[in-house]
Amino acid sequence: MTKRLFVKGNEAVAMGALEAGCRYYFGYPITPQSDIPEYISRELPKLGGEFIQAESEIASINMLLGASACGARAMTSSSSPGISLKQEGVSYMAGSECPGLIVNICRSGPGLGGIDASQADYFQATKGGGHGGYHIIVLAPASVQEMYDLTMLAFDLSDRYRVPAMILADAVIGQMKEALQPHPYTAPADLEPKNWALIGEGRAGEQKIVKSLYLGDGELEAHNNKLHAKYAVMQEKEVRYETVALADAQLIVTAYGSTARIAKTAVRLAREEGMKVGLLRPISLFPFPKAAYRQATQQGQRILCFELNNGQMVDDVRLAVPGIEVDFYGRPPGAGSLPTPEEFLAQIRSRYEA
Amino acid sequence: MNHDVFMAGFGGQGVLLIGNLLAYATILEGNNASYFPAYGVEKRGGAATCTVVMADGDVGSPVVGAPEAALLLNPLSMEKYYSRVRPGGFALINSSLVEDDGSSRDDLKKVCIPANEMALQVGDARLVNMIVLGAYLEHSKVVAMDSVKEALKYVLPERNHRFLPLNYEALERGATFCRQALA
Repeated sequence: MTKRLFVKGNEAVAMGALEAGCRYYFGYPITPQSDIPEYISRELPKLGGEFIQAESEIASINMLLGASACGARAMTSSSSPGISLKQEGVSYMAGSECPGLIVNICRSGPGLGGIDASQADYFQATKGGGHGGYHIIVLAPASVQEMYDLTMLAFDLSDRYRVPAMILADAVIGQMKEALQPHPYTAPADLEPKNWALIGEGRAGEQKIVKSLYLGDGELEAHNNKLHAKYAVMQEKEVRYETVALADAQLIVTAYGSTARIAKTAVRLAREEGMKVGLLRPISLFPFPKAAYRQATQQGQRILCFELNNGQMVDDVRLAVPGIEVDFYGRPPGAGSLPTPEEFLAQIRSRYEA
Repeated sequence: MNHDVFMAGFGGQGVLLIGNLLAYATILEGNNASYFPAYGVEKRGGAATCTVVMADGDVGSPVVGAPEAALLLNPLSMEKYYSRVRPGGFALINSSLVEDDGSSRDDLKKVCIPANEMALQVGDARLVNMIVLGAYLEHSKVVAMDSVKEALKYVLPERNHRFLPLNYEALERGATFCRQALA
């Protein structure tokens, strides 16, 4: 086994991407994600890859679309305001069924907002941030190790379904350092070669077209139905989540990413006080682990949702478990300080006793 | 093992470096650690803080509300964070800069250490952070002094390795001071 490294979450994303065979990066600097292009600009040329600091976020997402259309494993990264700029391109990628990785290390908004950690981009990420009624795969790492592992997984899922994928994290997970155990990437056996890619094979074979424009009668409807059929398959097969102490839990705490880390400690403290509390942490935000919530609340257990925003994921939790009481506690982005385990514990106590 | 420490000072005092060092030493010993920094946009003079959580299992929250230990390197940090230290915890106060001796609380252990003067005695004002880390290690025993010395080789860029002996001495002086203060 290789030695454990001590790296930032952002660096782990970059390392995971290169290990997974990503050879094209297009981006534009913005805090708090600039460690990603910094690392890749240094390391990718050594691997024969191409790093481009584009003239803007919009240029970089369209470069990603182009590289993807040619079958390359490629990525871009940014933070909230930059991700907003990219949304047109993401919609085109979704419409053109172009895989590719988009990393959002969220900062607070709206607008230019601030540089503090935030989870206020949940809606944008999971509901299709651009126009046209699509979804992308959204994975939410909660540790430096997951930043590495889920980056690899995001590439694989994206290629498998020809759906763009996003790593959704924030300044906490991106900037903190933890141990990372790197491991070699192996491509899943079921990944098919990209026969659809526009790499030019002379006059042999059929003409290949990658596009999002469908003008023929009924074509676009069929195309949309096809995309949504893929989302349904992903909902069936690609849901990922972690549970802690759910077996006898009377109250189920739920949170993702950085907030889940804080919640995990709060749940441990609650257990030490004798409260039967468990944690359900979605790892895939789209597809959302609806069935896991239903499973966990079979005896009518209540849910308490923590987020670093004014309430977004809680909507999906409520939709997953109609009739179950779902409470919410969150902080708006840019509150100046992060919530602490003690703060979450106080919320757990008041809900548990109620 | 499950420990956490919060460190605060102004930019340039080396708070982030010793946070890094402590977390890395923990990992070198085969345990887990998270290092979570928060700092102003200024290169020098702004507030710099970090939290290090060390555990033999899952680290859990990288953010801590009431830390088990706090290293307070300047007056602003003392003012803002002293009251947050967990009852029964430990506070290390840089008495070279902080006038407040922490007597407002008697529910924790505290050591006032003249870190700036001690750093100058070792030979460089910039060794304040190492004096403080050495003292914390002596109190907490969270990692072995040797692991920190080993980690320092990785955390410091190669071109600065000629300063290693001076840093080692500062760590030892800090430890000695704390040992005597707690005796």
